[in-house]
Amino acid sequence: MAEHPITVTVNDIEYQRSVPDRLTLADFLREKLRLTGTHLGCEHGVCGACTVIVDGAAVRSCLMLAVQADGCQVETVEGLAEGPELNPLQQAFQRNYALQCGFCTAGFLMSVTAALRDGPVTTDTEARDVLSGNICRCTGYTGLVKAVLEASE
Amino acid sequence: MTGTVPMIGASVPRREDRRLLIGRGRYLDDLDLPDALAVAFLRSPHPHARIQRIDVSAALAMPGVVAAFTGADLAPIQRPLAPKVLHPDLVDFPRLPMPPHEVHYVGEPVAVVVADTRYLAEDALELIDIDYEELPSVGSTAVALAENPPLAHADAESNIAVRLRQRSGTPEDALRTAPHRLSGEFHVIRGGGHSMEPRAVAARFEPATGQVTIWDTTQSPHYARQQLSLAYDMPEDDIRVIAPPDVGGGFGPKAQFYGEEVVVPWLAMTLGRAVKWVEDRQENFVATMMERAQTHRIEVGFDDNGKLLVVRDFIEHDQGAYCAGLQVPSITTSTVPGPYRIPNIHTELIACYTNAVPTSSVRGAGRPQAVFAMERMMDRIAEYLDIDPAELRRRNLIPPEEFPYQVGIMFRDGSPLTYDSGDFPALLDGTLDRLGYDAAREEQRVAREHGRYVGIGIAVYVEGCGLGPYEGAKLRLTNQGRILVTLAAAGQGQGYETVYAQIAADALEMDMAHIDVTTGDTGRIPFGQGTFASRITATAGPAVFDAALQMRERLFDTASRLIGCDPGDLTVSGDTICLDTDPEKSVSLLDIARAANIGKHGITLRDGIKPGIETVSYFAPARAAYASGAHAAIVEVDPDTGAVRIVKYVIGHDCGNVINPRLVDGQVLGGFAHGLGNALYEEAAYDPDGQPQATSYLDYTLVSAAEVPPVELFHLHTPSPLNPLGAKGAGEGGTIPAPAALANAIEDALRPLGARITIAPMTPARVADAVHAARQDG
Amino acid sequence: MKPAPFTYHVPRSLPEALDLLAEHGDDAKVLAGGQSLMPMLNFRLAQIEHLVDINRIGAEHATPRVDGATITIPALARQRQIERNAEIVAALPLLGAALHQVAHPQIRNRGTICGSLAHADPAAELPTVLSVVDATFTLASARGVRTVDVAEFFQFYFTTALEPDELLLQVDIRKPAPGTVTVFREFATRRGDFALGAIAATCRFDASGTVVDTRIAAAGVSATPLRLTAVEQLVTGTDLNPEVLAAAADATSASVEPTGDIHASADYRRRLTATLLRRTLAAAKEEHHG
Repeated sequence: MAEHPITVTVNDIEYQRSVPDRLTLADFLREKLRLTGTHLGCEHGVCGACTVIVDGAAVRSCLMLAVQADGCQVETVEGLAEGPELNPLQQAFQRNYALQCGFCTAGFLMSVTAALRDGPVTTDTEARDVLSGNICRCTGYTGLVKAVLEASE
Repeated sequence: MTGTVPMIGASVPRREDRRLLIGRGRYLDDLDLPDALAVAFLRSPHPHARIQRIDVSAALAMPGVVAAFTGADLAPIQRPLAPKVLHPDLVDFPRLPMPPHEVHYVGEPVAVVVADTRYLAEDALELIDIDYEELPSVGSTAVALAENPPLAHADAESNIAVRLRQRSGTPEDALRTAPHRLSGEFHVIRGGGHSMEPRAVAARFEPATGQVTIWDTTQSPHYARQQLSLAYDMPEDDIRVIAPPDVGGGFGPKAQFYGEEVVVPWLAMTLGRAVKWVEDRQENFVATMMERAQTHRIEVGFDDNGKLLVVRDFIEHDQGAYCAGLQVPSITTSTVPGPYRIPNIHTELIACYTNAVPTSSVRGAGRPQAVFAMERMMDRIAEYLDIDPAELRRRNLIPPEEFPYQVGIMFRDGSPLTYDSGDFPALLDGTLDRLGYDAAREEQRVAREHGRYVGIGIAVYVEGCGLGPYEGAKLRLTNQGRILVTLAAAGQGQGYETVYAQIAADALEMDMAHIDVTTGDTGRIPFGQGTFASRITATAGPAVFDAALQMRERLFDTASRLIGCDPGDLTVSGDTICLDTDPEKSVSLLDIARAANIGKHGITLRDGIKPGIETVSYFAPARAAYASGAHAAIVEVDPDTGAVRIVKYVIGHDCGNVINPRLVDGQVLGGFAHGLGNALYEEAAYDPDGQPQATSYLDYTLVSAAEVPPVELFHLHTPSPLNPLGAKGAGEGGTIPAPAALANAIEDALRPLGARITIAPMTPARVADAVHAARQDG
Repeated sequence: MKPAPFTYHVPRSLPEALDLLAEHGDDAKVLAGGQSLMPMLNFRLAQIEHLVDINRIGAEHATPRVDGATITIPALARQRQIERNAEIVAALPLLGAALHQVAHPQIRNRGTICGSLAHADPAAELPTVLSVVDATFTLASARGVRTVDVAEFFQFYFTTALEPDELLLQVDIRKPAPGTVTVFREFATRRGDFALGAIAATCRFDASGTVVDTRIAAAGVSATPLRLTAVEQLVTGTDLNPEVLAAAADATSASVEPTGDIHASADYRRRLTATLLRRTLAAAKEEHHG
């Protein structure tokens, strides 16, 4: 086992850290950078709570090693708001009651952020498809579907 | 009143959302606990085994490991965790925090490691040397009740924990004389709560004060504190249990009390270090309580018109390895009759010990199973008599003029099962109208002509909620001049910070901007019970309202002294209390706090000023309130694959008066998604020996947005007469009847094929197998 | 759920990667997308000494290409990258259709085609698809490069022709002959789940609508993706009329030996596979008729 020096840019801030071989990206963000908005719900890639954007692509941060993020651009929930203002997607989540306990919310926000960059989401079915890689146990998804459609407008 | 609209009944956006949306939530594992050590538990891989030898020395020697303990090391705190709800006949086996000798389910903790990081702690678990003698084990109630069964507890005489019986009228006579009788056997499989945040406990001990501070994802901090007080033989004031401001879902399992909650703070006290245990999903699958597994053998007697004369239901209930409480089986026995007038009732439940993780409440708590059995039988009666199933239900629903309606049996709160209010026929008809019931029947007829399998299912239910004994609230005027509402109740996403500010705002007639809410901290309010059984709005709600009325009186009293007027001439404006006729004459909340709370050291209070503006109220309901609802579904079934497509789903819901309609909608729709999981997907499978078979989200399938259909939701608001807000509970109604409604719809779709739906969840394989069996028979 | 200790290696070239595999062999695992491996590491179901991360061996190993009749998918081509590659999807619609049913975009963004093939889950979509096209698997090691075909590559549950020191360097897929209809049908409990059953088929018709050539494979019914050769023979030379489809379904039932698990009995899987076969061929016929 060894430590590896990495340079990673998270929400436009460059960090240089030394990380052990096996540290996951999720634990790196949470423990080393104290960016605790990214949550661990299953640690096997299914629930989606830990979803972050790495070099433009939404990925499970529990299924990636921190050392693999060397040289990467990482976006997390902490980087979404525009100064003190919630961004339009965050506002749509709030307006549409798209969250209850909030534990899964960061993952949904990041998945949807990536999806909306690919193009608009205009139908209920498309919205459900975009959301289907994340699990929410509280809301029944109704508010999430509405939030996605509204944010896409 | 200052012309503001009432807050109670308004869909106010949630205060909690902002921090959660920007990633600044404060869930337990997000809390900064400097230098906290990581805790990991070694868990039994066997359903039933004797620990022959256990050696932690290699683990202890590993760099980075601070401590390792076995059950034997924990002797000072190895006191049984008592069942929450008892019965005199219960054969109880001690549930120890970390048993030293015999383990009774896969996942039961047997040793604990404390290390610098969770990574190292998990490494150290692999170094613990442990020998087990495997013992015969029980994986289901069927095994438990077989002849000469293996015994879940080696020293037990049988696997039966308790028999619960409820009776009304003369059911045997009624069955004998009924013009028609039908019976059925129905099974509901285990399912879990699966909050997205698993359980977690952190603790820090302050030797200087002798106090231990515990952060716990529990739904019931005061209950946890009481159990810890007993376990440690410590006064409750030295134990502060804090449910963090953000908890990632509860759904019942977090309302229970677990061995880990005893062990982790003890580690902090023993080691003098802050410690943190965050359950991972692998542990959650085997060590967090679940529910649901029941078998119902139900028989109904009825007349030519389909009027129910009698129901008799023999129920097997899987209690798991220990009795954590009899609330779930007890609720099941009283939920069977549902919204129907049934003169003769016999429900009899055998709770069995099995070698699986103990069962306790999961959203719905014993009700979905009872509703499944009863509503399946309602459809069978309709089929037998060739009466429309909606009409059959109408003929049996308790009419609204009969409230309060005594069912004739007891509820789990210890009071006679008495429905306080509701309008079941209006709920059913409103639901069917929105479904377009008559048109759907016509579409079904046409679909059948084209060889498509379309079905319609209905389920109606009654849900006991708003349980006692009491819940409390404290209001204080803070030294910053704000109103602080302190609840004992702990939230897991329900929006308490918003809802209870709304209630207080109305009682105070004050804008909720001046009101803060804090929850779930035993250090802030001495008495409380917890968030479970859809009880908080109906108990803490009235407590907050009453405490806020008292607060208003205190504020006005003080303001009147400061201004020099009659309290009756005052009104609230912003954060000031002012003369109705001359708003310039006013005092701010901060002025009042200075005068009555802060005071001046050594200076006599102004004449008539009563010091210490704080009010407290506890609300103890006379008995449970009863929410009700109706679900209706149109489905199309592929008989070859077993796929079920939900074409339309309507929910009619009556939880009395509501505080925040959008939040209630969220509770109902979220509950429905859970019920849909129970209906079609979620299955915590165990093999016959008690080995869990579904221990990842690849095997235990939670619904995503793609599986949940759009739902049309409508509400009736029949106030409960049992509390001044007229509120009932909303957290479980979405879940309870969903498996029943969907089972009825699926069997209805497959009626031309004669397939019988008897098991929930109705996975594709089960549905297709039912079709296949019917085709083989046909 | 934290991985057990391992030594992480990040070779910067293919030879460097192959040297590491040669050095550590049995004690090493290749990390590409990691979407199957990382969960197993987190569960501590897999414990390894050395993890060889090939993600930085060079952009040329991440760039798929279509060269005449051959589609080349190198080791690091992500599933998402392939499904969005219009040229490849047009050349082999079957691949696009199957990829949409693999898990979710967040998984496909990392997961590689070659990684899924090397993982060799017989219930997975991609090995099944590769079983109905002409494909060559290029296996590289410090000892050299060799190629095998699909029948050789998939050997057993999670077992391939790859030796411990070898890497699946690329897969070359020949475009099906012009006019070939391809269909992928799967049935899963939920969106993105592992399939309870799946059929991949290529089907070439003559002008009269008679099947002149077909390849059909089933997922999850055997230790490897299973070519249904008896069914292929049965339907070749027919117009896939209802009687043929019924007979093909029966032949499918007779050909497969699925195992049961908590999700479905073996018998259900057999019936499901036959149903999917029937529907796949019906869809092929319909697509041919356009």
